[in-house]
Amino acid sequence: MTSKLNLNQTLVDQARASAAKVAADVQGFIDLHTTVTVERAVCRLLGIDGVNDVEVPLPNILVDHLMDKGVLGAGASFYIGNAMLELKLSPQEIAERVSRGELDLTSLPVHETAEIQKAMNQVAEKTTEQIQKNVDQRNQYLKEYGDKSGPLLYIIVATGNIYEDIIQAKAGAKQGADVIAVIRTTGQSLLDYVPYGATTEGFGGTYATQENFRLMREALDEVGREEKRYIRLCNYCSGLCMPEIAAMGALERLDVMLNDALYGILFRDINMQRTLIDQYFSRVINGFAGVIINTGEDNYLTTADAVEEAHTVLASQFLNEQFALKAGLPEEQQGLGHAFEISPDVENGFLYELAQAQMAREIFPNAPLKYMPPTKFMTGNIFRGHVQDALFNMVTVLTEQRIHLLGMMTEAIHTPFMSDRALAIENAQYIARTMKDLGDELVYKDGGIMQTRANEVLEKAAALLKEIEQKGMFATLEAGTFADIKRPKDGGKGLAGVVAKEDVYFNPFIALMAPENRRKEAV
Amino acid sequence: MSSGLYDLHKKDFDKTLDLKKLRPYGDTMNDGKVQLSFTLPVKDDERGEEAARQIARAMGLEDVNIAFHNPLDKEYTMYVVYGSCSHTVDYTSIQVQTVESDTMSMEEVDAYIKENIGRKIVVVGASTGTDAHTVGIDAVMNRKGFAGHYGLERYEMIEALNMGSQVDNEAFVEKALEMNADVLLVSQTVTQKDIHIQNLTELIELLEAEDLRDRFVVCCGGARITHELAKELGYDAGFGAGKFAEDVASFAVTEMVKRGVK
Repeated sequence: MTSKLNLNQTLVDQARASAAKVAADVQGFIDLHTTVTVERAVCRLLGIDGVNDVEVPLPNILVDHLMDKGVLGAGASFYIGNAMLELKLSPQEIAERVSRGELDLTSLPVHETAEIQKAMNQVAEKTTEQIQKNVDQRNQYLKEYGDKSGPLLYIIVATGNIYEDIIQAKAGAKQGADVIAVIRTTGQSLLDYVPYGATTEGFGGTYATQENFRLMREALDEVGREEKRYIRLCNYCSGLCMPEIAAMGALERLDVMLNDALYGILFRDINMQRTLIDQYFSRVINGFAGVIINTGEDNYLTTADAVEEAHTVLASQFLNEQFALKAGLPEEQQGLGHAFEISPDVENGFLYELAQAQMAREIFPNAPLKYMPPTKFMTGNIFRGHVQDALFNMVTVLTEQRIHLLGMMTEAIHTPFMSDRALAIENAQYIARTMKDLGDELVYKDGGIMQTRANEVLEKAAALLKEIEQKGMFATLEAGTFADIKRPKDGGKGLAGVVAKEDVYFNPFIALMAPENRRKEAV
Repeated sequence: MSSGLYDLHKKDFDKTLDLKKLRPYGDTMNDGKVQLSFTLPVKDDERGEEAARQIARAMGLEDVNIAFHNPLDKEYTMYVVYGSCSHTVDYTSIQVQTVESDTMSMEEVDAYIKENIGRKIVVVGASTGTDAHTVGIDAVMNRKGFAGHYGLERYEMIEALNMGSQVDNEAFVEKALEMNADVLLVSQTVTQKDIHIQNLTELIELLEAEDLRDRFVVCCGGARITHELAKELGYDAGFGAGKFAEDVASFAVTEMVKRGVK
């Protein structure tokens, strides 16, 4: 691709190098720690599932047991592996015994570490094989039906009831949606456990549970076979249970996951240490499972000004790219986020939007960029709203955004009606058709408004990343650089769940899921 | 079907405005014209169209025109419908509750506080309960404000704390006491299954149980909040869509002065 914006490549390289240093610095911290949800994710990947009689998930019971004994720093794998060798039981049976109060994992004789690791790896390999089969299945579908070129139309279902969600999702898929996202119930991001089973009660969304994932996957495969298209399923791998939801998603073949620690820190007040550690393992899992992650930079612009703060979006995309690479999640799975949120009152606002979207496209050429529709300036005037969404649709087509979250003209009024969705899809398809190759035809004026705008944003982003490189990630978040929101390093939710690793600590999945252990033909 | 540009229907109704018999306006006084769209969970065929027509009639529409119908799925069809509303309302007898304070500008609010209260006032705001949306409270409180209307953080005479989203009512009240707040602002965006009513009611009950209700000016806001609803739930005022920081601030400071707060 030739640059239409005449971007300063030296600045791009410099910004990327700064982001890599910041990520390396944070990774040093991450590598020394684990968290309760990382260990629960390990439990889940080892096959531990189910709840006790008061609905507490067994992974929580087991990890809390180790936490209470003050030994979680050795890792759940260590104690489960040791118990397997000693008692000849499966991880699930061990968890059930702990749940019934019949077993204290710390009172068993301790086997050789190498022996424990070997036993653990055998169980873990079965899980990674199962996840690899899911990747193969997805690739098989994509080969059979062919993958869509151009934007993937992304819609949201949010009824609170998984069975109602399925009806809406199937209707949306038949109308042309390519990605179905099941919005989570409000508040789930702050639960330090993952609810269990099929659920029918949620506010503003539906609980993310493994059974709900399975039900929706089955329904979308069914409609996909009818439509001869692969319908991607998206959920939210964010909040206090990032890696656990990644594990569930990998096991149930989800395709897209919102997955961004910075979002949780800023918008859910989750402790930054906790969630950056959680994010690492969740991205290892997502990377292995061929899941496209979506990052949440678009949200910055819902609180901060989209013209003044555009560079913070770009800076954060650079950081997210480097954090993802550290976890072995390749560029082709990095759905970096941004949004169409400039006020309709701004003169030439459309030009700025177009310049910024084109800039993201050129700076991250392999990333399936996620582009979010206008929300902040949707007023309830559905007629103007439909026009705003049409302008947004044009930017996507002109700049080859990949994951295109459909704007609803009834944004800010209610969760979408079935007809709102159909109209949104019709709008996007119309524009994608009538302007299909317009992007190829257009060049932007040398030194014009758009080139100037993009280079200004890039310059400010590079300067900001330089500053972050000097200050460090944690101090930057404390200073309120992103989204105008300040978060203290030791504040927010979930810090109590962070534990320093001990020498014997190991997590078998880190090595098994590393890029060199993946089959090559992944998406 | 209508033929587009020229409406050839004879207009034999009275075309003078009568506020005692108010009707919707399309392009002629008292034509009663309304447009609506809805979806029926049936196939897209003549029978479905007739069902849509009957639904429209049952809503009080005459001269129903099914302008457009489109299948959304096998068993779901969307209709765009026009008609003349047969109902009227008496506009002259309508009374509504609105927030009764003249809206002052930021500078005027600051000056009013200096003159009438003589110290900085403390405002604590949050999106309470499980609601994760901060868009409303941010628009009113954050320095930048919204659509060119600066937020309370920018007011010289207001010390504003925005606690953000998903704040427990208990934690909210605790913070208000700690900060010795004068005004509490609660934002509710998610209204599915009336969860906002539950959250809002809980806060007032909590304040009453602790005998704190009169200590604060308590306002709520959100896209679906009306002043009437707010009053009904025991709030001093409610602010819906289209209200900005200065509307909230003007009400709060005049209410404080009315109560004789110093």
